[in-house]
Amino acid sequence: MKHVDEYRDPAMAKELAAQIRRASKTPVRFMELCGTHTMALARHGLHTMLPPTVAMVSGPGCPVCVTATEEIDRAVKLAQTPGVVVATFGDLVRVPGSHGSLAAQRAAGAAVEVVYSPLDAVALAERRSGEQVVFLGIGFETTAPTVAAALLTAEKQGLTNFSVLSAHKLLPPALAALLAGPDLGLGGFLCPGHVTTVIGTACYQPVAHERGLPCVVAGFEPTDVLASILMLVNQVEQGRSEVEIQYKRAVHAQGNPAAMALMNQVFEPVDAPWRGLGHIPASGLALREAYAHLDAARRFDVDVPPAKDHPGCRCGDVLRGLIPPPECKLFAGVCTPSSPLGPCMVSAEGTCAAWHRYRRDE
Amino acid sequence: MAMKGSIMLDHGAGGKASAELVGGLFAKHLGNEVLGQMDDAAVLSPPPGRLAVSTDSFVVDPIFFPGGNIGSLAVHGTVNDVAMRGATPLYLTVGFVLEEGLAISDLERVVASMAEAAKEAGVMVVAGDTKVVGRGQADKLFINTTGIGVIPDGLEIGASQAIPGDAVLVSGTVGDHGVTIMASREGLGLDAPIASDSASLNHLAAGLIAACPGLRTLRDPTRGGLATALNEIAATSGVSIELDEAAIPIDPAVAGVCELLGLDPLYLANEGKLICIVEAEQAPAALAAMRADAHGKGAAIIGHCGGERAGRVWINTSVGGRRILDMLSGEPLPRIC
Repeated sequence: MKHVDEYRDPAMAKELAAQIRRASKTPVRFMELCGTHTMALARHGLHTMLPPTVAMVSGPGCPVCVTATEEIDRAVKLAQTPGVVVATFGDLVRVPGSHGSLAAQRAAGAAVEVVYSPLDAVALAERRSGEQVVFLGIGFETTAPTVAAALLTAEKQGLTNFSVLSAHKLLPPALAALLAGPDLGLGGFLCPGHVTTVIGTACYQPVAHERGLPCVVAGFEPTDVLASILMLVNQVEQGRSEVEIQYKRAVHAQGNPAAMALMNQVFEPVDAPWRGLGHIPASGLALREAYAHLDAARRFDVDVPPAKDHPGCRCGDVLRGLIPPPECKLFAGVCTPSSPLGPCMVSAEGTCAAWHRYRRDE
Repeated sequence: MAMKGSIMLDHGAGGKASAELVGGLFAKHLGNEVLGQMDDAAVLSPPPGRLAVSTDSFVVDPIFFPGGNIGSLAVHGTVNDVAMRGATPLYLTVGFVLEEGLAISDLERVVASMAEAAKEAGVMVVAGDTKVVGRGQADKLFINTTGIGVIPDGLEIGASQAIPGDAVLVSGTVGDHGVTIMASREGLGLDAPIASDSASLNHLAAGLIAACPGLRTLRDPTRGGLATALNEIAATSGVSIELDEAAIPIDPAVAGVCELLGLDPLYLANEGKLICIVEAEQAPAALAAMRADAHGKGAAIIGHCGGERAGRVWINTSVGGRRILDMLSGEPLPRIC
């Protein structure tokens, strides 16, 4: 398969792994910030190709996982509202809120539709003109511009039955919050390729230059990930701390100004709740006043009582890189991909799901 | 002459319309001396040996897809289940649930495909039933088939028979059926050269049994795909299984569609492939026997059974890593069979 096979070349992968083994002398822990990297490492077994000196730890990079329970509760409340159709991405449907998931609401008769893009939700609103379609906007800077575009499309079409409940998150404030928290003993970051295509590399500069932590923006195929880890190891061994881009075929240092402009036209930063990280200032996105009429949070009553999580669930600690999933007492016992108790076990990019599926014996 | 029009509730009421449907359509395609008796039950005299019986209901959507339709699939699926125990499939019963409004021409296409598939597999349809339900109470048509076969005495083939050291083989590319069904659904608009692998594997299985006295397990990896079937075998036999990812045959077009849709071909249904577990020394003979059959041209040795961590399936990835290959879990799957 063109444009894929060349990045999965076994000879190249083995050579990169050998170079990592030769280069790495100092024991070091790198954090991958993106759930897609977590999955790539586990699915291709890349972690088994690394020397004992290099450990990878997962961070808060799975958009479904960092969605706070109260945000799920709001979506569930909307789904219970007569005349409302909730449209969202597949994984989110199964994330448990304080009182069950959207999937449970759907089984009980609520209108919950899985869509593959925000524009599908706009099309759904056109088809179901007698109902109110609410799209649950989750995801980072990669997704938010597409939701902004969908909102503008709906407005252009004059749809009065489409709105968005925004639970979008921004990466840079979360990265800052993570660094301000407990010392994780990290030696560098494997930075998210797709988010960086949008936001650019500016937010990593203070991490590299002030905190002294190497940052490499990585692609998602096996040789991308291995080449990026090699770049991180080389920085550590050579005493450098810089922002480097491995994923050059997609990422430019300045990001994608057009996408950012679209996002900033429709949304503005607000304080937001993160699972595991708590409330972080200016880390979420709300619809600007000019688009208030498309804001589900203003159109409907979405007030919910304080959220309740499963008492044993340690998704928050997993998301901050404090523990690997098997250290959670619920892991693989009562919490499995078939009956998940926390979001990290639900999402296809969740750290617990990756460990359960690919690494459960380690 | 082909019958025209649509299925109506009358066609299932047991009266004149029912008789016309049975005589003009079912008997025309599926008729034989047993079915022709038109009595309450078929009376059969099977050859000596133990009986193998399997039943399956087919609700695939869409009912016509590249590589087959619900009718051929209903024959292949049940013939294969019987054949996977080492049995020679002999008889088939067929039950139809038809939705009011189904085009009779569509039903005839389906039934003609069933007849062709049964003939190719060498099985006789010995009993049948038709019910009609109101519009919306079923989706076009559902088919149940039950297969009966005979296993020669002394032959023990099953999911519990694998032992450490055995070789694991697959008869060809995996994921073709599942990805074809998903790509055939409305809205995807994919134009890839893919088709279902739906086929009867009883002749292939018979060839393997004749060539390999050390044959332990045959299994058709349908729903849940290769990964799930291997996990079931590992658990039932109390062995581990270690696979070589690079050795698993996958059609490039199937791989491409899977990449686009975010699917893993190892979890997608197959309807014309089998997994074969055989004593290691007989792996070359098994491979040759499979490749000699039209449905086994792409056969490959993909791994072996081990003794540690019974029930676990491992995969050595193409790039040089190693991980668990788990059962399918959690993902909601559309109607694929």
